[in-house]
Amino acid sequence: MPKRTDIKKILVIGSGSIVIGQGCEFDYSGTQGIKALREDGYEVVLINSNPATIMTDPELADRTYIEPLTPEFLEEVLKRERPQAILPTLGGQTALNLTVAAAERGIIEKYGVELLGARLETIRKAEDRQLFKQCMQQIGLDLPKSLVVTDVSEAKQAARELGFPLIVRASFTLGGTGGGIAYHLDDLRQKVHAALEASPVKKVLLEESALGWKEFELEVMRDAKDNFVVVCSIENIDPMGVHTGDSLTVAPAMTLTDRQYQQMRDEAKKVVSAIGVETGGCNIQFAVHPRTGRRVVVEINPRVSRSSALASKATGFPIAKIAAKLAVGYTLDEIRNDITKATPACFEPSIDYVVVKAPRFAFEKFGDFPLDTAMKSVGEVMAIGRTFKESIQKALRGLEGGKAGFDFEGEADAETLLKKLSLPSSGRVYWIKAALRSGMSAEDVAETTQIDPWFIHQFKELVDFEAVLSASRPSRELLRQAKGLGFSDVQLARLWKRTPQAMRALRRRHGLRPAFKLVDTCAGEFRSATPYFYSTYEDESDAPPGKSRKKVVILGSGPNRIGQGIEFDYCCVQSALALRALGCESIMVNCNPETVSTDYDTSDRLYFEPLTFENVMDIVERERPLGVIVQFGGQTPLNLAAALEKAGVPILGTQVRSIDIAEDRRRFGAALRELGIPAPENGIARDLRRALALARSIGYPVMARPSYVLGGRNMQIIYDDSGLRDYMERQRASRGRAERHPSLLIDRFLADATEVDVDAVCDGKDVFIAGVMEHIEEAGIHSGDSACTLPPHSLGQAALETIRRHTTALALKLEVRGLINIQFAVKDGAVYILEANPRASRTVPFVSKATGIPVARLATSVMLGKSLSRLLPRKLLAESPIAPPYTATKEAVLPFIKFPGIDPRLGPEMKSTGEVMGIDVDFPRSFAKSQEASGLTLPASGSVFISVRDADKPEVLHVARSLRQMGFSLVATRNTREFLGRHGIEAERVAKLGEGKPDVVDLIKQRSVSLVINTPSTQRSRSDGYAIRRTALELNVPCITNIHSCQAAVHAIAAAREARLTVKPLQEYYRQLPYRFPAET
Amino acid sequence: MRGEALLALEDGTVLRGRSCGAAGEACGEAVFNTAMTGYQEVLTDPSYHGQLVTMTYPQIGNYGITAEDNESRKPWLAGFITKELCRNPSNWQSIEPLDFFLRKHGIVAIEGIDTRALTLRLREKGALRAALSTLDLNPRSLLAKARRAPSMSGSDLVREVSCEKAYRWTEGFRQRGPALHVVVYDFGAKFGILRCLARQGLRVTVVPASLGAAEALALKPDGVLLSNGPGDPEPVAYAVETIRRLLERRLPIFGICLGHQLLGLALGGKTFKLKFGHHGLNHPVMDLETRGVAITSQNHGFCVDLASLPREVRTTHVSLNDGTSEGMAHSQLPAFSVQYHPEASAGPHDSRGLFVRFKKLMLERRQSISPC
Repeated sequence: MPKRTDIKKILVIGSGSIVIGQGCEFDYSGTQGIKALREDGYEVVLINSNPATIMTDPELADRTYIEPLTPEFLEEVLKRERPQAILPTLGGQTALNLTVAAAERGIIEKYGVELLGARLETIRKAEDRQLFKQCMQQIGLDLPKSLVVTDVSEAKQAARELGFPLIVRASFTLGGTGGGIAYHLDDLRQKVHAALEASPVKKVLLEESALGWKEFELEVMRDAKDNFVVVCSIENIDPMGVHTGDSLTVAPAMTLTDRQYQQMRDEAKKVVSAIGVETGGCNIQFAVHPRTGRRVVVEINPRVSRSSALASKATGFPIAKIAAKLAVGYTLDEIRNDITKATPACFEPSIDYVVVKAPRFAFEKFGDFPLDTAMKSVGEVMAIGRTFKESIQKALRGLEGGKAGFDFEGEADAETLLKKLSLPSSGRVYWIKAALRSGMSAEDVAETTQIDPWFIHQFKELVDFEAVLSASRPSRELLRQAKGLGFSDVQLARLWKRTPQAMRALRRRHGLRPAFKLVDTCAGEFRSATPYFYSTYEDESDAPPGKSRKKVVILGSGPNRIGQGIEFDYCCVQSALALRALGCESIMVNCNPETVSTDYDTSDRLYFEPLTFENVMDIVERERPLGVIVQFGGQTPLNLAAALEKAGVPILGTQVRSIDIAEDRRRFGAALRELGIPAPENGIARDLRRALALARSIGYPVMARPSYVLGGRNMQIIYDDSGLRDYMERQRASRGRAERHPSLLIDRFLADATEVDVDAVCDGKDVFIAGVMEHIEEAGIHSGDSACTLPPHSLGQAALETIRRHTTALALKLEVRGLINIQFAVKDGAVYILEANPRASRTVPFVSKATGIPVARLATSVMLGKSLSRLLPRKLLAESPIAPPYTATKEAVLPFIKFPGIDPRLGPEMKSTGEVMGIDVDFPRSFAKSQEASGLTLPASGSVFISVRDADKPEVLHVARSLRQMGFSLVATRNTREFLGRHGIEAERVAKLGEGKPDVVDLIKQRSVSLVINTPSTQRSRSDGYAIRRTALELNVPCITNIHSCQAAVHAIAAAREARLTVKPLQEYYRQLPYRFPAET
Repeated sequence: MRGEALLALEDGTVLRGRSCGAAGEACGEAVFNTAMTGYQEVLTDPSYHGQLVTMTYPQIGNYGITAEDNESRKPWLAGFITKELCRNPSNWQSIEPLDFFLRKHGIVAIEGIDTRALTLRLREKGALRAALSTLDLNPRSLLAKARRAPSMSGSDLVREVSCEKAYRWTEGFRQRGPALHVVVYDFGAKFGILRCLARQGLRVTVVPASLGAAEALALKPDGVLLSNGPGDPEPVAYAVETIRRLLERRLPIFGICLGHQLLGLALGGKTFKLKFGHHGLNHPVMDLETRGVAITSQNHGFCVDLASLPREVRTTHVSLNDGTSEGMAHSQLPAFSVQYHPEASAGPHDSRGLFVRFKKLMLERRQSISPC
């Protein structure tokens, strides 16, 4: 059937902020989907609260609403746009949940919109455990035995029937939030309780445990004519019990016979048809008993997913794009295979390589939690090689976790090894190596880990070969074999006690270079038109390097992690677009399968490779580009810049020496002094004695941090000598692993200063200040975790002018070509520079969305030699920064809920996984939207609990008074209540913890408060405040931990009470701007 | 210890690898198969008789050999080419590692080959004659052997793979409806076909390719299935003649793969050789009647020329990849056939409904003969 003509306008729902369990894979799928729909002439309206996405670029959809993903705002968009249809299957669980919520309120019906891709009935059947179970039973499929419970006593009853261990799953959550494994009754009580809280429908499924079974996933598609294809099969290396997002996985499935695989395929076909997935992609998970082969259906997602993004990258089959086409009526046979351009999309990709996905964790931030059914990883890498052994090594080094492959020198006694092997953890794969090295048999390791022996034998082959290498002298034959098994130059250098450079030279002397093969969907059967490459050590490359003479390599940002996420991928994609417009051939190097940058049509040539010197150099030597862009991928490419430059590779834009100056405290300080720009007093100390002396001379409080860190890792505000001693001690304990530079930076901490972020572009002659953002939280909260507003809401003209001057002077001084981000602190009218980074910052996409100026594209043009004066309208350049006549506020989204026991408070170390944006006429309204979008719904009435540290007491008075005036009632513990009372503000008293019942925590649990204001005192206190914050978090009661945010919140509440918040697309906001920016630079 | 092995192609390519099967030497036509699973089925499929098969999937042997997945009594292909062969398989059904099986059956095999580079060569140049050896490691002499290897065109390989005398097949039999009897002409029949028939509740008799029509009719079949098999259909003239006689008796006939080509010849058509054939499990085929698409298992180097067929024969299925004919049916006679493998093994089960259709034809015939 051709596409539908009864539909003209389609609303696409995005997935909102990046959170654990829902990463940037939905930017990838949403972007593909929107492009596909527009290609077919549909008018596309988008709602998504995440500004750091490509999909929210104003050129992508016809109308882009950066608004909170709630039924209220969805209704506003529907009212304004009146689309005929909604496509909810590209925006992850968020979009599906929003759609269900809207439907339940009758909104979908009221506006007469049709759901494309998945009907309500389908979503319900897939998401509601009970309905899913019934549906599977009807078609005769085997399932783990399970029962749905709605309270703890029902759960106990169920446990008697099913036996322990039990899987606990909350209905309608993503990434397994609120789930877990219960091993005994106490465990069960606790986990069921948490799951009930997490489930929006208050239902929990208890399931017979398939712990230790083999886990498989099929990514399938079905069209309106019932054509069905499996795009990819995925086998999880970690068995059932570890969330698939946290598992090492491999594609295709490695250990099933054809008959076993086809039976699984038959079942998948039955499942999608019974669930009613009529048009689109679907993910189905199976568990297979390792000894009996009994197979059960575990789960289904009737939408594109993290796994479907992986499957798309692993096979070249663009699931999201095809899903969008199917949703509007096409059938699979009518759609062409983009990769071959000759065959139809109605087929099953065959691949001739092995794909491994490895998760990236953020345990350095939250502690090393054991892995279970609730997802905890924050990012992933994918690696392609010709064998599993090659791919796993590539994947592990792509993680940038300090490993150059399947590397581990650790040893342990047998007992410790058994413990390390039996408990799934982020480092278990390395303990497998330790166990095999210690002589444990592959069978025993398999038995203990419950990982299929096939994988353990593969690991063993690597361990055995490594032993051969260690015992031999380098030879061409050994080197050839080692490279074939995925050993990197760095690994070989260590084994053979040489430098990586020497290994590289030796390898080249022997003529050993990688071959570059194509990902072509068809295992070579047909010619492929799409240059999507991976490296391997084989005889022949498939295709020659690009012919263009103007080639530019963009280095991507690797796996998402806290501090380096989608924002950098956004910049890389923008850069590729700019290069295309400049007539250059763009060559993307990245290994993150979730991203838009690794989509095969984002750049002219795609290399799916780890971002290491070796891999990048191999690509550069093959392609011989004009230069390499290192500014956009965050710290990852920057870390390679010096080595690349040394190897003679031209770096485009700001040169390495400038980067070094900005990163070297001493030289940076000298530059600032020369320019007369003040900075907080600071110094470097290498030991405790000097640190103490330095801190005393600067004066407490001080900010301490190791040098060369990203995301404020291990950064801390220190109030006294003993604090500094503790800090140094902890640094020493953790050193040796991660920190290259053990030296410590100590800065004067500017208490209560206002922090300001600036993004600017410099061409060596002019400086364009793209955006000035004022942080809501005071200095001391990491800028990545802080809310900020553009234009600044409280900075005076004088401070702004100083910031403008300093930015210009510093950018020119550092000889920046491209982007620079500078952080300022303003205290008592004085402006200080905190730090400068001559590269794209996290805020570049936010600034671009807020101002309508594609900053990364502009910077790319500058790096290729264009001048700002030719790229920008004169007024825009001369008067920058120009404040838009509206306000955009960015808010961070934090993952605390995923990490039990973590104190949900902000500090100098970054913890957020993502961000949202609110945009409206003024600051209070944009702030209100940003809070709503981040999941914190500010109440319009009710009772507010207040407990603040002494320093915040004067400021809280204003907050309390305003709340009372708006009719809120206040609740406080004795001291705060007395303090408020002395200032004529009435508050009800509540007992502190331990003062009797009901105490404040009970109050929160009973939901008798609608807002919690709790500012933590010092770094070490973990008593009452912790319990209050954690309880509020777990019960989803809004909790504000920072006095400045309270003030903003009060204004926001007032504004929202005054007039209902309405919506407007970016394209309309931009029409209000006093400048026009050419669409293409 | 794993010794060296050498692979030579008639175009002059010589590839060095390690032996991973029996010691020896094999010559034949090199073809590739893009299946990611099902190497055991490929190895034991008689259609590969005399060929050197390279698997495009780089890791082969992961689940070893099972007792359930043989498609005939033994492996038929001349030699086996892979990137890496797994010595430590893992699967609950596994009974032995693949390399044991290869050695047991005397199959020469090579690993450590850049199978993708080899595949691209075969794609561009078409199927090439090749020689694989663990004995003769002299490139020049092996190359000469490759160039002397017989071509598939013009030789009757069916005689070499067909059973010597008729036998009954009962594995997988499930009683369903009246006891219909099918005679399967064994041109190199896969057990998968026989299992599918038995599962339909059919009594199955497998007969040698050379069995004449009269003898076949004497078995009182309700229908005749023309099986798959190796090589060029043209030299199997005796079978074409038999099929013509069977057609005259208006017996329901179902042809698969080589059986489809032989039926085409019997109906007066011609066949031709494809450049590198279809060998994989992921081929989309459209049913022209329903417009639905099935993902099919395919393995053929020859194809029926549609234009050469009389008007009564219509094309029922086409390949979406290259537009070639994948199925036909006669408008007056109860005969139909497909170029692909509805029994799959290995491959998706999308087309197993064709066995039901065949059974229906037989039922209709029986009802028309003896209305009760």
